[in-house]
Amino acid sequence: MRPVIQMEDLKKRYQIGDQEIQALRGVSLSIETGDFVAIMGPSGSGKSSMMNVIGCLDKPTSGEFYLDGYPVSQAHDDELAEIRNQKIGFVFQNFNLLPRTTAVENVELPLLYAGTPAKERRERAIQALLDVGLGERLNNKPNELSGGQQQRVSIARALVNDPVILLADEPTGALDTKTSVEIMGIFQQLNNAGKTVILVTHEPDIAEYAKRIVRFRDGQIVSNEIVEERRRVLLEEVIT
Amino acid sequence: MSFLESLRVSFRSIKANGLRSVLTMLGIIIGVAAVIAMVAIGEGTSASVANQINGLGSNLLIVSPGQATQGRVSLGAGSLNTLTLADAEKIAESEAVSGVAPSVNGRAQIVFGSNNYSTMLEGTTESFPDVRNVQVADGRFFSNFEVRKQMNVAVVGTEVVNNLFTGSSPIGQTIQINRIPFSIIGVLKSQGSSGMTNNDDRILIPVTTAMSRLTGGKNVGTIYVSAASANDMEKAQQDTRNALRSQHSLRPNEADDFRITSQSDILSTAQEVSSSMTTLLSGIAAISLIVGGIGVMNIMLVSVTERTREIGIRKAIGAKKRDIMRQFLIEAVTLSLIGGVVGILLGIGAALGVSKLGGMATAITISPILYAFLTSTIVGVVFGVYPARKAAQLKPIDALRYE
Repeated sequence: MRPVIQMEDLKKRYQIGDQEIQALRGVSLSIETGDFVAIMGPSGSGKSSMMNVIGCLDKPTSGEFYLDGYPVSQAHDDELAEIRNQKIGFVFQNFNLLPRTTAVENVELPLLYAGTPAKERRERAIQALLDVGLGERLNNKPNELSGGQQQRVSIARALVNDPVILLADEPTGALDTKTSVEIMGIFQQLNNAGKTVILVTHEPDIAEYAKRIVRFRDGQIVSNEIVEERRRVLLEEVIT
Repeated sequence: MSFLESLRVSFRSIKANGLRSVLTMLGIIIGVAAVIAMVAIGEGTSASVANQINGLGSNLLIVSPGQATQGRVSLGAGSLNTLTLADAEKIAESEAVSGVAPSVNGRAQIVFGSNNYSTMLEGTTESFPDVRNVQVADGRFFSNFEVRKQMNVAVVGTEVVNNLFTGSSPIGQTIQINRIPFSIIGVLKSQGSSGMTNNDDRILIPVTTAMSRLTGGKNVGTIYVSAASANDMEKAQQDTRNALRSQHSLRPNEADDFRITSQSDILSTAQEVSSSMTTLLSGIAAISLIVGGIGVMNIMLVSVTERTREIGIRKAIGAKKRDIMRQFLIEAVTLSLIGGVVGILLGIGAALGVSKLGGMATAITISPILYAFLTSTIVGVVFGVYPARKAAQLKPIDALRYE
């Protein structure tokens, strides 16, 4: 099986004033389609830089990065925008929904930039919201939704373009425990259905929902191991 | 993303920020309204000035006495009394001239019964109605006979009638002008006022009577000459000059002791004045339009900063630079255009209001409306480009992290 993400000796340097910061110091990683990977590490470990590079929000300083076979390292800004639009579904910690805009319009956004016709856009957005269990909240604006519901809207938005990876940056960071479990349940379901999920988190018990944990420290991968006792969202957990 | 979609996104954003959008447009609205109203007032004034000058008479030449100089100091036009009735007769000999009306002016106190009124007195001849383009509404003008015989007859303007006679017809009544009795034989048709002088507030009597009994002296103040046709104007002016020079026995090296002004001179001067007025007014208005444009840029820049996060989200999920650029540019242009349309309506309203309530002549023409519309679009584009570029160039990670 072809890896959906393949990185070779990836480096990322930042210049802040006179200081040069080595955010990534030669990272090599490959992630297969259908995997569920948690990227962990303390702050400053390089996991955010990693997430930015994987998400094509930022380009690596050197090294090779193929996303779904596409060489991202050489891409221009507009190509990156297109890759983000077609191949990546983002779920952010603070949801990042457009304010004063209804749930269904928020979900439509990626399709808008993909040039999908209005009618099809609306149908697919509604379907995506139905899939995450928000069929009754189509026309609510973000400030009329709970945190869990907002995160579901953003998952629907991430999925609406049928991306090759789902990239979640601390998706439960702003949620209570019960809602966090629900959200992780959705990720597991999606993964079971074959979607590749990459989760960036610093919470160990959230990382245990994944199949594999990659730990970062000082810009390098320090461990990459299969989760032996994988947590599953149990019915009891959701109910309590 | 298609243009139509960009349009829809921009409209939604304008609607979502109602108050701010209105405030942004205010500058443009005021600017455009000012341009339209100012130009309308300017055009109206210039049209009414031209109208008044044409109302002086057709193909008119105005002969006034020359300037006197004492030593080398000029005393100004009219400081000499060089024109006489004989000059007028001489001028009339030219075949390019269709009519000559000498005129003397003064003020007079008029008494009728227990009423009295002070007005302009003008002594002239029977040619006056043709030369000066005035008509008699009631009764008749005085005849050549009455002029020759220095008869005490008068033709009055409507303003005089309103002030002296209440209801009754003035024809046949006797009034006293500076204590000399005159009988009224006609009433002039109302002409309205031109500039500072009210053409209805005057009384006309034979020039001979005026000179001998009221103003004294042998000289006339002005000689109005009308050319036979517009084509004869130049010849009439030349003939008039020659006639006066020979009449005044001027040697070839002597300067004219009179001055001939043609109606077209006055017209072009007046039009120059009013067109520079219009330019001035629209210049001021244009500045306010630019200020309005800067207002649009200002608000758009604030809006870019305020919506950095929104821009970040849009970019993260696939908006390209040109999508963001287009969205913000369309917003700026739309705001300017709506402002322009509202401004045009407001400007037309203001121009109509000024002419209705203020009694000023206004003329609404299509070209300033087109210019204002075009300018507000250009203002939107020019002052929208910078904020839009700024928005488009934001990096998605920076924009997403922005609090």
